[in-house]
Amino acid sequence: MSETTFEPKIVAFLCNWCSYRAADLAGTARMKYLPNIRILRVMCSGRVDPTFVLKAFALGADGVMIAGCHPGECHYIEQNYKTMRRYEMLRHTLGAMGVEPDRLRLQWASAAEGAQLAAAINDMVEKVRALGPLSWAGNWSENSHHLEAIERLAGEHAEAMEVGA
Amino acid sequence: MAERVGVYVCHCGSNIAGVVDVGGVAQWAKDNLEDVAVARDYKFMCSSLGQELIEQDIKEQGLTRVVVAACSPHLHEKTFRKACANAGLNPYLCHMVSLREQVSWVTTDKTAASEKAKAMISAGVRRVVLHEELEPTEVPVNPTTLVVGGGIAGIQASLELADAGYPVYLVEREPSIGGHMAQFDKTFPTLDCAACILTPKMSDVDGHPNIHLMSYSEVEEVTGYVGSFTARIRKKARYIKEADCTGCGICIEKCPKKVVDEVFEAGLGYRKAIYRPFPQAIPKFPVLDTANCTYFERGTCRACEKFCPTGAIDFEQADEYLDLDVGNIILATGYDLFDCAKIPQYGYGRLANVFTSLEFERMCNAAGPTEGKIVLRDGITEPKSVALIHCVGSRDKRHHPYCSAVCCMSALKFGHLVMEKTGADVTSFYIDMRPLHKNYEEFYDRLQQEGMHFIRGRAAEVTDAARLPGEEGKLIVQAEDTLIGRQRRFPVDMVILLGALQPRADAKETAVRFGISCSIDGWFTERHPKLDPVATMTDGVFIAGTCQGPKDIPDSVSQGAAASARVQGMITTGTVLIEPIIASIDEARCSGCRICNNLCPFNAIDYLEAKGVSSINAALCKGCGTCVAACPAMAITGAHFNYAQITAELEGILYDAVRGNGFGSPKRSGGDGRHAVIPEPALEPAS
Repeated sequence: MSETTFEPKIVAFLCNWCSYRAADLAGTARMKYLPNIRILRVMCSGRVDPTFVLKAFALGADGVMIAGCHPGECHYIEQNYKTMRRYEMLRHTLGAMGVEPDRLRLQWASAAEGAQLAAAINDMVEKVRALGPLSWAGNWSENSHHLEAIERLAGEHAEAMEVGA
Repeated sequence: MAERVGVYVCHCGSNIAGVVDVGGVAQWAKDNLEDVAVARDYKFMCSSLGQELIEQDIKEQGLTRVVVAACSPHLHEKTFRKACANAGLNPYLCHMVSLREQVSWVTTDKTAASEKAKAMISAGVRRVVLHEELEPTEVPVNPTTLVVGGGIAGIQASLELADAGYPVYLVEREPSIGGHMAQFDKTFPTLDCAACILTPKMSDVDGHPNIHLMSYSEVEEVTGYVGSFTARIRKKARYIKEADCTGCGICIEKCPKKVVDEVFEAGLGYRKAIYRPFPQAIPKFPVLDTANCTYFERGTCRACEKFCPTGAIDFEQADEYLDLDVGNIILATGYDLFDCAKIPQYGYGRLANVFTSLEFERMCNAAGPTEGKIVLRDGITEPKSVALIHCVGSRDKRHHPYCSAVCCMSALKFGHLVMEKTGADVTSFYIDMRPLHKNYEEFYDRLQQEGMHFIRGRAAEVTDAARLPGEEGKLIVQAEDTLIGRQRRFPVDMVILLGALQPRADAKETAVRFGISCSIDGWFTERHPKLDPVATMTDGVFIAGTCQGPKDIPDSVSQGAAASARVQGMITTGTVLIEPIIASIDEARCSGCRICNNLCPFNAIDYLEAKGVSSINAALCKGCGTCVAACPAMAITGAHFNYAQITAELEGILYDAVRGNGFGSPKRSGGDGRHAVIPEPALEPAS
């Protein structure tokens, strides 16, 4: 990779039934997309715990994509709607933490939409490349009041979890 | 004890090796990744020699985990799991990395491809170390099958199962089986009489010792799982004691109340308040329609009761509920016809002589309301010219984007019948002719020979506003003839609209009741559109016929037979293996908050009142993991996709990322990996 351009690292959670198959199809059809995306398979986008997304950012990902079946086409009937809710919640939380909205993307892709998935990947890579590396510290100082609130909440959560553990 | 991981990088000929430096990546894995004992690259890992390589290493090198970096797990996961099992390793201790579909086939930059491959293998190795041995559970299969819907697909499925010696419950919501096919006159392209080929099958169902037919009944609730479902059936009150009724029909004859038959006769004919939809109805017992019965309206009459020779009328009868234990379910619930009044420019419901295809079928049928005479709405006049409009509600983004598959052939059949019976001039307005199957094109050819006219263009309007000489008193079809590029007006006596096939109005509720999914249109979704067309994502629930999508009679029959073959396979095996990738709840951690309860679309999670905790029914769980992600107490574990495994995979896939910027930990995390993201108090915002 060139040293002059920033090459973002993007993690994608793909559901086993639609979006992972869309990735398979993109491959079979030899559709080229940028190598910055790294795919993890989950059975359903509903498995994507919001903390996985936070964890990915903490580990140095510059962007995270969650991809699932189109609404109404979920192989687990309706679990992608739950993903949609979590995504909205995550967007707010990440926004409060100073993470730009383009760093998280929810993408619907049916098993037949290899081309659409490849296009979405390229689009996201370019957007994240334009944003540059995820820089927490700078943003955190600007958003310190949000951060304090999150820390307090997280602390309470952790405390609650200690009970009986 | 440290695990010993074997990493196998496949060349896939030049499919992978042409882009990824397979040898270099394997060597890198051996040198840099923790726990890797063996790393090899090989021409074709899926070949028997490739598999033997893995088996040999497991035995000789004492491997405890295997990572195969090759194609998509959807292709060869089973192959490599089997190879591991052959060498005595639990198959779930093998993991596949999709280098071909996700790297070599989609990447142009070779250096970047090899780097991406390293990250993916690193993720695979981190993950596989945390894999656990899993065993599928085995449950017995009840040999009885529930078939829902008694149209031709359901009839076929029931007969095939019953003939093979297995008991079947066939549940039909209308008073008789037969479905839409029973309403048709002729069938394309052979022009067999529909009743002549259908009614023998209906009688076979009626008399079959292995088929328990429950007509005028509906499935209210389904519980259980593959091999042992329980279905609650509501047997609607017929007001007839079936044990006593001989089907003589005197009650029907004596009933003084005549009502328009909106269902079977499509509004063209009449039936009595106590009725059988058609003479060959199976079962033979009539149904009393309380909404129209004089006794139920006014409290007097009871003529049917007075004349019934066996005393079979029972005005006190109530709905009955029955619980059926079955091992498998076949859904053959069929379709609804598009409401042609939704396209007002075609004038259905406003212009008398615009008919729907179903009305025409009934009119054409010798047993129908006009005894087979093709006449205008006045009931006397034969049409001299007829227009057939295709794609009414189909191939139309305002209604249904899909092709209804049968209308072109129906139009050809109608054309033939009109010309044969009346000698009228027939013009068909089509977008594309789609006579797809065996002998269909020949039938199209025959109709061209017979003199039917074909205009390529979607009809814009049907109107009775005459503008030109010769149009008075006629219906005028306005259409663009796209082959000559001109707008044309066709004055005709009768217009027949070939309405779309659409999913049943209650298809979505049915899908929820049986735990399967629907496409956006509302058709039931098959497990795989090409390779598994009659199974669904819910084990033990199969689909056949038009509930899966528009199709004609031969295709519906094939699917009915296919679904029954799948069920017979399950019954013959006797037991079914349930995938171990499911969720489970640690009772010690569960606080009983019940957040997970409502998240499960398969009703797999129950709240145990006595213990104050939730519990997952392993046989019902499909393993999506939504509850796992939702549990605030982390009491739920998703096997094969647990927190530790996914977190490890994330760490591996981002092994080369620039960490944290003061957030999170670059260390390899232990434990569940979930709390590592909570900002630690030591973090200080940069000032």
